[in-house]
Amino acid sequence: MNLENKSVLELLDLLKAKKISAVELTKYYIDRIKKFNYKNAVLEIFDDALLQAEKCDLIINTKKILPKLIGIPVLIKDNILYKGKISSSGSKMLENYVAEYNSTVVQKLLDEGAIILGRTNMDEFAMGGSCENSAYGPCKNAYDDTKVSGGSSGGSAVAVALDMCAFSLGSDTGGSVRQPASFNGIVGLKPTYGRISRYGLCAFASSLDTVGIFTKDVKDNAFLLSILAGDDKLDGTSKKAKVDSYIDYLSDNINGKKIAIIKEVQELVKKTKYYNIYQKVLNYCQNHGAILTEVSIKNYTKVLPVYYTIAPAEGSSNMGRFDGVKYTSNVKDCKNISEIYSKTRSKFLGKEVKRRIMLGNFVLSSEQYSSYYLKAKNISIMLKKEFEKIFMQNDIVFMPTTYGEAFDIGSKTQDPVSMYIEDMFTVTANIVGIPAISIPIGVGENGLPLGLQVLSAELNEKELYCMANFVFLHRGEI
Amino acid sequence: MKEYDLVIGLEIHAEIDTKTKAFCFCKNEFGALPNTQVCPICLGLPGTLPILNKKAVEKCIIAGLVFGCDINEETIFERKNYFYPDLSKSYQISQFQKPICKNGGIKLKNGKFVRFNRIHLEEDAGKLIHKDDCDETLIDFNRGGVPLIEMVTEPDLSNSNEVIEFLTNLRRILLYSGVSKCIMQEGGLRFDINLSVKEKNTDNLGVRVEMKNLNSFKAVKKAIEYETNRQIKEIESGNQIIQETRAWNDEDEITYGIREKENVNDYRYFPDPDIVPIKISKHDIESIKKNIPETYFDRIIRYKRLGLSDYEIDTLTDEKFIADYFDEVLKYSSNYKEIANWMMTEILRITKEMPNTDIAKLISPESLAYIIDLIITKQLTRNNAKILFEQIINTGKEVKNLIKELDLIGDVNKKDIVDLMGHLINENPNIVKSYKDNPEDIINYCIGRIVKSTNGKAKIEYIMPLIKEILKSKIN
Repeated sequence: MNLENKSVLELLDLLKAKKISAVELTKYYIDRIKKFNYKNAVLEIFDDALLQAEKCDLIINTKKILPKLIGIPVLIKDNILYKGKISSSGSKMLENYVAEYNSTVVQKLLDEGAIILGRTNMDEFAMGGSCENSAYGPCKNAYDDTKVSGGSSGGSAVAVALDMCAFSLGSDTGGSVRQPASFNGIVGLKPTYGRISRYGLCAFASSLDTVGIFTKDVKDNAFLLSILAGDDKLDGTSKKAKVDSYIDYLSDNINGKKIAIIKEVQELVKKTKYYNIYQKVLNYCQNHGAILTEVSIKNYTKVLPVYYTIAPAEGSSNMGRFDGVKYTSNVKDCKNISEIYSKTRSKFLGKEVKRRIMLGNFVLSSEQYSSYYLKAKNISIMLKKEFEKIFMQNDIVFMPTTYGEAFDIGSKTQDPVSMYIEDMFTVTANIVGIPAISIPIGVGENGLPLGLQVLSAELNEKELYCMANFVFLHRGEI
Repeated sequence: MKEYDLVIGLEIHAEIDTKTKAFCFCKNEFGALPNTQVCPICLGLPGTLPILNKKAVEKCIIAGLVFGCDINEETIFERKNYFYPDLSKSYQISQFQKPICKNGGIKLKNGKFVRFNRIHLEEDAGKLIHKDDCDETLIDFNRGGVPLIEMVTEPDLSNSNEVIEFLTNLRRILLYSGVSKCIMQEGGLRFDINLSVKEKNTDNLGVRVEMKNLNSFKAVKKAIEYETNRQIKEIESGNQIIQETRAWNDEDEITYGIREKENVNDYRYFPDPDIVPIKISKHDIESIKKNIPETYFDRIIRYKRLGLSDYEIDTLTDEKFIADYFDEVLKYSSNYKEIANWMMTEILRITKEMPNTDIAKLISPESLAYIIDLIITKQLTRNNAKILFEQIINTGKEVKNLIKELDLIGDVNKKDIVDLMGHLINENPNIVKSYKDNPEDIINYCIGRIVKSTNGKAKIEYIMPLIKEILKSKIN
């Protein structure tokens, strides 16, 4: 049977109907991973993947009521902990670190019978937007080996784009799911902050981190969020709100839906070659009954400095535990404790991580705190209020995911600021805490994928999936 | 010679008495084998998140209430970032901008009100164990994540006596409100002292020196006295006092510098994004108030009304378990004065002889009350009561059985005494002869013999006149 590019829901039907076995499916994906090994998307295929598959087949053959993800092979980002497996967060610091416990998302996957195939490449500690900051080498774009995969969850995005798994998990702190999804032509969700438990996700910026989902279509994504979302007593910031069966609300009708366009974003998009295709999407939606409104957020461009203050600040604190004393890699034969700290951290942390630690320490220092961190927090509160206002009048906000197609590997590594600017459209959802999804809507001048971002109000993933599904299904007509 | 004033402020850390740690589900118990009360959360493993223990917050609020603090309507937890091997996450979860409690204080006997600046909740760090035989240092994380309250006073104290009075009260208040067990030898109550000296009648404050981590009242007193003398000596020899942190050496009884101000950490405090701000409503406070056990001051007032002396009250209330035992005995007997006597003597003695033992297990409050009632009703002599008490402690036997077994109660009548004296005189006729020359010795001798042969039941005040009468009659 041709298994290529099947969605999770299609595969579940095939598995339940016993048209394919979990072992067959797992072997198919392992072959795909090996075939595309040169992309450097997958860091490790877990040696018990086939054993997990065999167990699933036994369950399928003997049980009447089956878990929701039985036999579905999934790849997880290297910063999501799976008990007994290495979880290195793309860093040499945790090269041999074996997780002591299961993250909540992994536990949910296991409970629902998914097969965890392996772990994917990423920017070290999720700090980066190109996957070039991985200590294990960059991951290449699914469509062009000279281009970046995007990041930080580059490996997870490329793995779905090249059909190395049925779906994958990533993490999104400032666009780390949506941007690589956009660069590789797939669907990537950053849920509401606290919608999916962060327990067992190696922290980068705790107030912005979310676990995200990469899928081949919107329907899969909606289906998976219903399984992975929910309150967790191990995550004090997880949301208590009810989790819907999102898939039941997908429709092909956007008549009367109110879409907001942010003026300040429009002005930025106008300068890009991307403007045309973006405008076409808006027109298409308008023609199908959606009501477009232009709104203004005067401080919109402040999102980047706000993000690049808060994220490094929290990141610098979260990185502190990697000190060479307990479970990390470390430099032996040091004279004293300070030397263990400095030598270990100098040797095993990458350049970008060190840069952000320095930045974070600076903005948190008692002399700078109020001019940077506190100010950034205050602006983020203002932005939250602005978006609340927008969503009182509107169902959805549209914006591009990125400025354009995937860029050349190495083209921005010497200029961190040019790399940071790439995050202009994605960091907003993290700062505000709202859900955002990137869906493929076409290709740019290099023939590489482009994504559209659909944002909705906090906890309103229902609305978000509805609109995203419409655009996704009609992308051929646009 | 110039005169100087002392300006002293304190920071006190008390471990909060909770079942589990502040941010995970590990047991909060002292004395377990190293690293057996740890989990991924308190070890700070990647991906773990703190889960706030609401009981710890509640007890911090109780501390605030018993010291008359204002309770903040919203409180936040912050990260205090610094590197140290016993700090698993390289930051301590503490409070900075919005502590749970503000203000409040304790009034001293001299009328001075010592103000608190704040009381906040934070987590303890692990413990480093330096091995003597080699260069290694080991870390025990059992204590890591144990909830602490930090109490910070204003610099209102002026001498070591005030400090000790303040701390004595503070310890007892915490103990009685159930906030902390305050076990100093286990590090359950620790003190940092900020001290400066200034010339009398001037407004120029001296340079402040901080002494860290003292864990006994004795050390506090000695450290203050040592440091005062040191600073005065420095000033008088024309030297500058350096702003620094000093440690106390308990063996040599000296302080020594460990860190100068220039080397002070910038802790880079910021609100911990993993813990949402906590709202404390008036309703929350009211329902917490209802659960506060009888406070130290209420206990004192109650004992005063019973008629106990200040000295008795002070002694009985120093340890809560002793006062609690006293209250238990009171439930079975109303002879509080006699009970207090027994508490002050026998009970305090056995708690010293057998520390860390539950008194009630050695002798139940009911048994002690029974013995005391027998004394008061003159059925049991004091001597026999003591014998009985010791026997209960040593054998664990039931009080009534022991009384029977040892034959400690019963009437000794006139005929018994006449018979016993008859035996005594038959045995040793010299008694009568010597009585004339040496009556007191002979009487005492006879009393001793008779008390012994009646198993102590014979009461001296009863038998003495009888013995005299018999001896006199024999002479004639």
